[in-house]
Amino acid sequence: MKLRSFAAMLATAVALPLGAASAADLEVTHWWTSGGEAAAVAELAKAFDATGNHWVDGAIAGSGGTARPIMISRITGGDPMGATQFNHGRQAEELVQAGLMRDLTDVATREKWKDIVKPASLLDSCTIDGKIYCAPVNIHSWQWLWLSNAAFKTAGVDVPKNWDEFVAAAPALEKAGIVPLAVGGQPWQAAGAFDVLMVAIAGKDTFQKVFGDKDEDVAAGPEIAKVFKAADDARRMSKGTNVQDWNQATNMVITGKAGGQIMGDWAQGEFALAGQKAGTDYTCLPGLGVNEIISTGGDAFYFPLLKDEEKSKAQEALASTLLDPKTQVAFNLKKGSLPVRGDVDLAAANDCMKKGLDILAKGNVIQGTDQLLSADSQKQKEDLFSEFFANPSITPEDAQKRFADIIANAE
Amino acid sequence: MAGHTQSSGRPNQWLRNLNAKIASVPMILTAVVIFLGGTIWTVVYSFTNSKLLPRLTFVGFDQYERLWDAPRWLVSVQNLAIYGIFSLIFSLVIGFVLAALMDQKIRFENTFRTIMLYPFALSFIVTGLVWQWLLNPEFGIQSVVRSLGWETFTFDPLYNADIVIYGILIAALWQGTGLVMCLMLAGLRGIDEDIWKAARVDGIPMWKTYIFVIIPMMRGVFITTLVIIASGIVKVYDLVVAQTSGGPGIASEVPAKYVYDYMFQAQNLGQGFAASTMMLITVAIIIVPWAYLEFGGGRKRV
Repeated sequence: MKLRSFAAMLATAVALPLGAASAADLEVTHWWTSGGEAAAVAELAKAFDATGNHWVDGAIAGSGGTARPIMISRITGGDPMGATQFNHGRQAEELVQAGLMRDLTDVATREKWKDIVKPASLLDSCTIDGKIYCAPVNIHSWQWLWLSNAAFKTAGVDVPKNWDEFVAAAPALEKAGIVPLAVGGQPWQAAGAFDVLMVAIAGKDTFQKVFGDKDEDVAAGPEIAKVFKAADDARRMSKGTNVQDWNQATNMVITGKAGGQIMGDWAQGEFALAGQKAGTDYTCLPGLGVNEIISTGGDAFYFPLLKDEEKSKAQEALASTLLDPKTQVAFNLKKGSLPVRGDVDLAAANDCMKKGLDILAKGNVIQGTDQLLSADSQKQKEDLFSEFFANPSITPEDAQKRFADIIANAE
Repeated sequence: MAGHTQSSGRPNQWLRNLNAKIASVPMILTAVVIFLGGTIWTVVYSFTNSKLLPRLTFVGFDQYERLWDAPRWLVSVQNLAIYGIFSLIFSLVIGFVLAALMDQKIRFENTFRTIMLYPFALSFIVTGLVWQWLLNPEFGIQSVVRSLGWETFTFDPLYNADIVIYGILIAALWQGTGLVMCLMLAGLRGIDEDIWKAARVDGIPMWKTYIFVIIPMMRGVFITTLVIIASGIVKVYDLVVAQTSGGPGIASEVPAKYVYDYMFQAQNLGQGFAASTMMLITVAIIIVPWAYLEFGGGRKRV
């Protein structure tokens, strides 16, 4: 089997330079490289190949922080790919303003994206000056706490139902030699965990005021002080994690070496790949079990402006394939994310995804920080929280002061 | 310079060695356009608020103010200072001592020299990964020593924010001293045998001969080595990325990484340019007085 697919790969490699096929090869870059992610992206490739075009996979390892600079420099440097993943929101804003990206409004009106994409904020994030520049593919929410049932059994305590119970259970976990909360060393993980704590503890309105309106008084106020207090707990509980990548941290939860992890719903793909079942092997708590709200950030594909007409046509085909109901279901089930259209049937979804769909249907949603803040502010926030989580000598008060400064200077 | 004083019979000064001059045009252009031009461009744009794409909207010293307010930049500068001073001292001292030992007409000198120089053949990324594994408490040095019976032995510099920069220093020295040793050895071989004989006749102990006679004679080699080490220090980046990615937290960040992260990840070119201009100024502060002493100042020393 392996040999045959290898042979097929060789064959395509030989066929490529001939360029005999009328349909175009489209290079698609993305940073989906963990086990669950790779399985999901294979679904997209399959669906796109079925349209007669050819998906040339351009996976870039090392998560978005590594991949985005490569993608951007390829686009600005005059060597654009056929399509590329970004988190929709502000990451590609300037590329669009510089006229390097392709306007998809035609495809969008033809396929009635305005009516099918739910929540509408997803398409708003793709819209700049009234034109649509990206095709959203999934909704990812950050606000999840993943718990290892086995770890709590070893420690002899019940699986917590919310954040406070989790904090209370931490000493028992530590006594059993289990790290209560796994937080990987990559900076975005610490920053993301803080955002999640903020929604859960300070609520939706405060979140919107801080990140949406950039209100520095709120950011320096008592509500956020409570969040920093909780982040201080999280910092204590995460001591001894000693891994870098998010999926390594998730793996600690899967193997019962850690009690839990605050991570987006993409972690679900890892649990599924390890053959674990929601409810029996692991437990998921949206909004940390405190405030059942999820953010609707996610991934979208952007299409650089290309001169080649064939490829431009293939871009259109890819854009409509991405939002096709069948692709949406196949892709999102593997990825563990939620579909961008409300009209598809996810009967095969597991418990956790159903919880997410339910919250989505109720409309308890907020925008993701990628949509609200510029990459610059996000980076400053990452610097602050990776330092905060690694260095116990920074008091929550000092950190809050620096946080308020970042918000005050954010655009 | 002295063009008008030459006799009319000789060909124009500009046309002498014409082939060589034409051949060096590409390199001159590269130096002027790419190095000098790029540098000036960077400095100019560091005064703008360029984000993802360069834009000429000047904002004065805003980028620099923000830079020197950023805790991460301050940590980076401090780390570079510690790393720089220690790596300069240790690689010179260790390199020279190794070379002096090697110079005692030992057997298998070639073998030893190859072994010492071997790490230098590896890229910083590989060195970084090797030492990341060696210093990992779960399967590196710490776990080996613990399995030998010392249960409480702790050696995990990469996971301790206070000493992480020394963990990186160890890897850098492991890689770099071999080259320093070879340079020093070449310098020692260039010393005339008669000097040693004279010192022996005068009854000067060997260590004194090294310090007061040999080292001053090796001035040129030392300066070459110094420049090689110093340029390696300022640009240290890949070693940190491979070993710690700047962690834990921001404890092992270095200026070059700040530049990269803010230019490309944070999509804030202005901030990255400001940081790289600061790096340039630092280098200039070190290089200019030295270059003046070495090449200018009128008197020629050899």
